[in-house]
Amino acid sequence: MYPLFYSFCFYLFGLIAIASALAFVTRRSPVAAALWLVNVLFCLAALYVMLDAPFIAAVQVLVYAGAIMVVFLFVVMLLNLGLPGELADARGLLAKILAGLAGIVLLAKIMSSRTAVPIESLMLRPDSLATVARIQGAVAPVAQPLFTEYLIAFEVTSILLLVAAVGAVLIGRRRAAAVEGVGAG
Amino acid sequence: MIAPALQAAALAAAPHPLSGTAADWVWALPLFPLAGFLVNAALAVVAVARPGPADPSADRHSAPDATAAGEDVAGHGPGAGDADAPPPARHRFASVVSLVGPLAVGLAFALACAIFAAMARVHPTTPFVQTYFHWIPAGDLQVNAAFQLDQLSLTLVLVITGVGALIHLFSVAYMGDDPGYARYFAYLNLFVFFMLVLVLGASYPVMFVGWEGVGLCSYLLIGFWYADRANADAGKKAFIVNRIGDFGFLIAMFLLFVQLGTLDYTGVLAAAPGGLEAGGPVVTVICLFLLLGCAGKSAQIPLYVWLPDAMAGPTPVSALIHAATMVTAGVYLVVRSGLLFAMAPAASLTVAVMGAVTALFAATIGLKQWDIKKVLAYSTISQLGFMFMAVGAGAYVAGIFHLVTHAFFKALLFLGAGSVIHAMHAAYHATHSHEDAQDMRNMGGLRARMPVTWILMWIATLAIAGVPLFAGFFSKDEILGTIFDRAGGSILRDAHWLGIPGGVVLYAIYGMGLVAAFLTAVYMTRLMLYTFHGQNRTGEAARPHLHEAPWLMTGPLLVLGALSAVGGFLNTPAFLPIGPAETLARWLDPVVGPATALIAAGAPGDADPRRGLLLSLIAAAVAATGIVVAVVRLGRSAPVRAGAAPETGIESVLAHRYYVDEAYDRGIVRPLLAFSNRVLWQGVDGLIDGLVTLGARVWVWFGGIGSALQTGRVGTYAWALVVGALVVLAITIR
Amino acid sequence: MLAESIALSALLFVIGVVGVLTRRNAIIVFMCVELMLNAVNLTFIAFGRVYGYGAQAIVIFVMTVAAAEAAVGLAIVIAIFRHRQTVDLDSINLLKG
Repeated sequence: MYPLFYSFCFYLFGLIAIASALAFVTRRSPVAAALWLVNVLFCLAALYVMLDAPFIAAVQVLVYAGAIMVVFLFVVMLLNLGLPGELADARGLLAKILAGLAGIVLLAKIMSSRTAVPIESLMLRPDSLATVARIQGAVAPVAQPLFTEYLIAFEVTSILLLVAAVGAVLIGRRRAAAVEGVGAG
Repeated sequence: MIAPALQAAALAAAPHPLSGTAADWVWALPLFPLAGFLVNAALAVVAVARPGPADPSADRHSAPDATAAGEDVAGHGPGAGDADAPPPARHRFASVVSLVGPLAVGLAFALACAIFAAMARVHPTTPFVQTYFHWIPAGDLQVNAAFQLDQLSLTLVLVITGVGALIHLFSVAYMGDDPGYARYFAYLNLFVFFMLVLVLGASYPVMFVGWEGVGLCSYLLIGFWYADRANADAGKKAFIVNRIGDFGFLIAMFLLFVQLGTLDYTGVLAAAPGGLEAGGPVVTVICLFLLLGCAGKSAQIPLYVWLPDAMAGPTPVSALIHAATMVTAGVYLVVRSGLLFAMAPAASLTVAVMGAVTALFAATIGLKQWDIKKVLAYSTISQLGFMFMAVGAGAYVAGIFHLVTHAFFKALLFLGAGSVIHAMHAAYHATHSHEDAQDMRNMGGLRARMPVTWILMWIATLAIAGVPLFAGFFSKDEILGTIFDRAGGSILRDAHWLGIPGGVVLYAIYGMGLVAAFLTAVYMTRLMLYTFHGQNRTGEAARPHLHEAPWLMTGPLLVLGALSAVGGFLNTPAFLPIGPAETLARWLDPVVGPATALIAAGAPGDADPRRGLLLSLIAAAVAATGIVVAVVRLGRSAPVRAGAAPETGIESVLAHRYYVDEAYDRGIVRPLLAFSNRVLWQGVDGLIDGLVTLGARVWVWFGGIGSALQTGRVGTYAWALVVGALVVLAITIR
Repeated sequence: MLAESIALSALLFVIGVVGVLTRRNAIIVFMCVELMLNAVNLTFIAFGRVYGYGAQAIVIFVMTVAAAEAAVGLAIVIAIFRHRQTVDLDSINLLKG
């Protein structure tokens, strides 16, 4: 059904993503962890392209890898947390075993739902997204529902972002009263 | 077919003859004193007044008769000397209070007079009921906040507001120097409000509100000088003893509702003849429980013990609450439930017997009391006994008549005693003496110093003793005469009381009434002789300071004196050719007529007028004998000095009031306290406390677990989140 | 490729969860949350291929929320660090009532 090369690339990026994610959660240094996470995000972007979502892939690279992760690194640098070993970061063995067990159970549960049958009546024809993208380009089909069906939600997110920006500035501002407020809270 | 129905509807819808007259304003009657209460209470709260005794009778000095004082619950506590008492300070708002307090009651009296004028013109045969709102709408029980205006309630309203206004005026002078002046008038106004609710209420529950309210005010005023422990104890005693009576009243109300399904007076009157078996056990039990309530409120045997102690309150309070108005509420209740009592002859006889025994019993105690207010207190109990004799024998008019005249002369006696105490206290205060200002052994010869009070007190004494043409003569004579008539022929004569034929009981009651009347004349004359006649025993230093009370105190005394002198002409007997006869009987007939007719059924057609005259002569002779005996006996013997040797024999028993307080203390109070202490407190209460504590501990333990979960650490919460998600997944995905 | 995508997404999500449970550094916990969000995004995209472009619009929203969360969260981390000189979650128990 899918070309062999397509399948090969999909599994390749998938494996890289999993490996990077495992590396990400096991690194002690926040900087190393952040870089491994960036790797995961890049792999996901590649998968997005393969899943007929090139615009989302571009946004993923720009926003996540380019903006959000940079902010994380920036904070790490600001707080001077980059040196490994400075902080006994990971929890004890017991916590790790328990967390692993919880993860396996969770994974089993989620995987058991993987075989659920999609709702046939709502399904599109195979390759319809690729067809649409060929005619309308990568951006317009995403913009279509965003500015019609989800217009109100879209506008609300703009307010959310504004509030988040203002709030971040307020919280992060160096002020005696604000610091005391956090301490007293 | 239709026409009679329409006619009936038209009749039912026809306005009451009183509507459109001043009677429409009946709701305003209690509002005047209530407004006075609010204003005075606000002033009392605003003013930072120091509590402390400034009234003459407040700080009583240690009693000379230590034997009597030792057992006395209420009085004669070791009082603080005048030297350490702060100088009397007038209340900050005294002028406003002096205006508001009496004015509130005075306006109510004016309105009552206007309503009386309207009612006298119309003389309605049905009660005028004014409904304001649904008070207790609970299933079958529908109680409205409603007032009922009829001849009976209006009579009581006139007495309450009239005598009340005079006593308020008297209080302005009497209590003027008390730091709690505004508080005093607030309580007094509140009392008048509740008393008006009591007599105006159109149903038993509304009456009960007033009933409890006056009890509260009585408690507050008895303990007005609460800094002295004895006064506070006396207030508590009055309150608790009254609770016993209220229990009876409540049970009676419950039974009435169960039997008749209504508690309105009109409803009960209409339903009782059909709903209750005349002479049956149910109506008898209802009436006996009502009687228990009356015995508590009106200080009858066995619940009379609180009234003598109630003399701890200011003297005008004793005059208003504990002589003229509140204590007569029981009489009012019996008259109001007259039909029920008429249907239960055994209960009626119980009322009469209780009244007779109380009258005689209290009169004997009154013979040997030295405290001037205690004499009057026992006299009040005795006179209330007379009223209960009357209403028990179905002489409802006579009972109300005696209630009215008694309000006049007993208020006069108390206010006169207050005037005397005022003078005595002022004299002892000026000389820094520690003698008892209320002990008659310290008085004597006050006639020359206080002539106005002396004359007025003699008028009241002649009235209460039953000397012809004074108020008490007519009312007491009517009571005794009616009892004699009832013994001659009535349903009471045909009934039995504890197996004794009713006729015999009634004749015995008549005899006891005569003896009580004789003793009344004796102890009242004794009081007058010790107080106003003979040598003055106040002391050389204090004597020049004795003087007549100010006009603001003698003024109300004069009015009451006039009423005591001529009040009897309200209801002169038919066989005496003086004035219009039986005015009050005709006035009250629409209310008490049916019950009286029911109880007097079977009486011989027309009583012989000569017999009535004869009975009157006997009563007058008894009164005269009593006065003469007292004068002869006491005129000879030298007046006893305070602190003289204690009495012996029967005199000692009388002086100690038959040891009833002691008997109650040993027989009821102490066993009850011991039981409460040992069993209820240490046993039952301990067990319950233990269980409650155990339950509390269990929940504290659970709370501790919950609290331990709230670590405040994000890691814990993340774990909780994941576990919760797993649980949800386990439930939803199978 | 729907089943493979969902399996990958589940794996990444669980790795994120395990990271949240095992790490104490607040910044790394934050990054684990970002990883979980991305796993969800992958699911959306995979389903979007079957059901239509609406899923991709939802992904835009998720990214927006993630960006807002990162901004505010990191600001809080900075504030706490100023006060406590640490970002160790175990030494921060301000949520305790």
